[in-house]
Amino acid sequence: MSGESNYQPSNGFTRWLDVRLPIMRLGYDSFVDFPTPRNLNYWWTFGAILSFCLIIQIVTGVVLAMHYTPHATMAFTSVEHIMRDVNYGWLIRYVHANGASMFFLACYIHMFRGLYYGSYKAPREVLWILGVILYILMMAAGFLGYVLPWGQMSFWAATVITNLFGAIPLIGDALREFLWGGFSVDNPTLNRFFSLHYLVPFLILGVVMLHIWALHVTGQNNPDGIEVKDEQDTVKFTPHATIKDIFGLSIFLLLFAYFVFFNPNALGHADNYIPANPLQTPPHIVPEWYLLPFYAILRAITFDIGPISSKLGGIIAMGAAMAVLFVLPWLDTSKVRSARFRPLYRQFFWIFVACCMGLGYLGGQPAEGAYVTAAQILTAYYFLHFLVILPVLGLVEKTKPLPESIAQAVLGGSGGSADATASPEKRG
Amino acid sequence: MTINMNETEARPCIFTRACRVVPLIGALAIALLGASFLSTSQAKASEGTPLKHLNWGFEAPFGTFDRSALRRGYKVYSEVCAACHSMDLLRFRNLSQDGGPEFTEEEVEIIAVEHTIEDGPDEYGDMYDRPRVAADAFPAPFANTNAARASNGGSLPPDLSIIAKARGGAENYLYSLLTGYEEAPEGVEVPRGMNYNAYFPGHMIAMAPPLVEEIVDYEDGTPMTVDQYSKDVVTFLTWASEPTREARHRLGFQVIIFLLVFAGLMYFTMRKVWADQH
Repeated sequence: MSGESNYQPSNGFTRWLDVRLPIMRLGYDSFVDFPTPRNLNYWWTFGAILSFCLIIQIVTGVVLAMHYTPHATMAFTSVEHIMRDVNYGWLIRYVHANGASMFFLACYIHMFRGLYYGSYKAPREVLWILGVILYILMMAAGFLGYVLPWGQMSFWAATVITNLFGAIPLIGDALREFLWGGFSVDNPTLNRFFSLHYLVPFLILGVVMLHIWALHVTGQNNPDGIEVKDEQDTVKFTPHATIKDIFGLSIFLLLFAYFVFFNPNALGHADNYIPANPLQTPPHIVPEWYLLPFYAILRAITFDIGPISSKLGGIIAMGAAMAVLFVLPWLDTSKVRSARFRPLYRQFFWIFVACCMGLGYLGGQPAEGAYVTAAQILTAYYFLHFLVILPVLGLVEKTKPLPESIAQAVLGGSGGSADATASPEKRG
Repeated sequence: MTINMNETEARPCIFTRACRVVPLIGALAIALLGASFLSTSQAKASEGTPLKHLNWGFEAPFGTFDRSALRRGYKVYSEVCAACHSMDLLRFRNLSQDGGPEFTEEEVEIIAVEHTIEDGPDEYGDMYDRPRVAADAFPAPFANTNAARASNGGSLPPDLSIIAKARGGAENYLYSLLTGYEEAPEGVEVPRGMNYNAYFPGHMIAMAPPLVEEIVDYEDGTPMTVDQYSKDVVTFLTWASEPTREARHRLGFQVIIFLLVFAGLMYFTMRKVWADQH
């Protein structure tokens, strides 16, 4: 895919620069001339949307850091200072806070897109793994950022999550004190969380570069899940993909703007507008919505397994739920990528989506009674999907015939393609 | 995988046909869960008792605050609530800013000088009291939380600066609470120093019913009832929780219009670019 370069320096300066630092060539080859499959649908605009979200988070975050005070006695007031006294501070903070949610929303759509169309399969395993790393870094950034306003939920979420590390055998207590910088969540914890929260987005930026690099080596997957064969199958990234991405982004921004301007606190928790109080535990401690599925898995393990306590078991289950994503490319045994041609997988995909949504819902409910049982069933199904259903499905499923080429799938008989005589499978 | 275009399609079995509706069911489940998730965060605070819902003028997407209600609400706060509740994040100048009660700057100066504040040290190193100015914060009723607890039977009256955002149900919760004092149901023992409130979590609230008829003088003929006082002070507290709310609505309107136009332009540009590709 990353064949020879078609870049032509247009003037003396770019010719001079091109033999010294071919950065214009890199940009041209990556974002203008880059061949994209011509059958991409709107689910493929979320890569660009995610890049936009990252930039928005970094820009607003840098401005917020100019006005924020990372100190246990001043953090909460400094956030309110931003909301009340800083010019457009309310806008910057609401964009940042809701931006995190929008970032995760886009990320989840992007990931489920990858699951549906089999984007993780050879030769895109590394691309997928880099994506999973990005997802985990995002969760770290989201959690660290949630702590900074130092409200009740900030404080108690920090307490709950850091206490998880205490359950690790042998090193648990030492590790937890290392994270706290003391013997409980306090000012040193807030200080290091702020520092790390500033660091992680730049780690994300670095991994995004690798993610895009890997993408440009293998080329994009596409809704038909078949490899690009020749130029007929592709269009140039600019203007075709660019304009589509911009259109997709502007629709996404409408949703973003709705939350920022008309419902800015809907995705947060009222308790986080109460200053942190170490002496008063809130009735329900919940993380942000995007972490709820993992929170449900964490709390679903309510029983000891041999020497493993229920607490450690929960942490192992939660860690495994993330780790299983890394080996997904090797768990799915089907050679056909796209769910369009996998009638059974398509059904299991939607059941899996519902399972994740269900876990998210249960993560927000108190851990008692039927909620726990339901969370246990869905947790079991989550792992069943990856460890049993996907490997078995690839062996038993009768897939539909694949189109011969992308051009044929898109243009059909009338598009003047070389395969005009074959009638393409138009289902799905 | 093998391409076989001539494959005759048999009528699929019942299982396969049933499976076709799964995406629909999945999407429906997603929508339902999303909706229930958004509503749970609002409903939890009152522990089962449904809150009273009023048509607040400021709730609508382009909603604004009723200026007279804000001014009356400030009067209720300063004459009743302020006896126990601080509003540390508010400054007198906030009362004259756009989108708030919009007192004139002169009126604000007059309100501020009624309260003193300790300043200093002066050139001799002594602290001294001076009248407050517009830039000063609202005065707190107690020197510290211990003093506040000592005066309130061990309970701490919360700061009201962002109370509307700090309670699930926001303005509807506050209004329900203020108008929700009633006789305890039979068999429910109310401990000494506590009061029964239908909307407070656990129902036992240390705050005695703060509002009674004609406790605050309204000079503009507005009814001096508990209900009206509650509406006014809740409007004021909601504004105080986010003094930039009207600016947010206004800018949001402009941003949405811009995005709609921009998305439309991008859509037609995209159609043009892709016209020769299908």
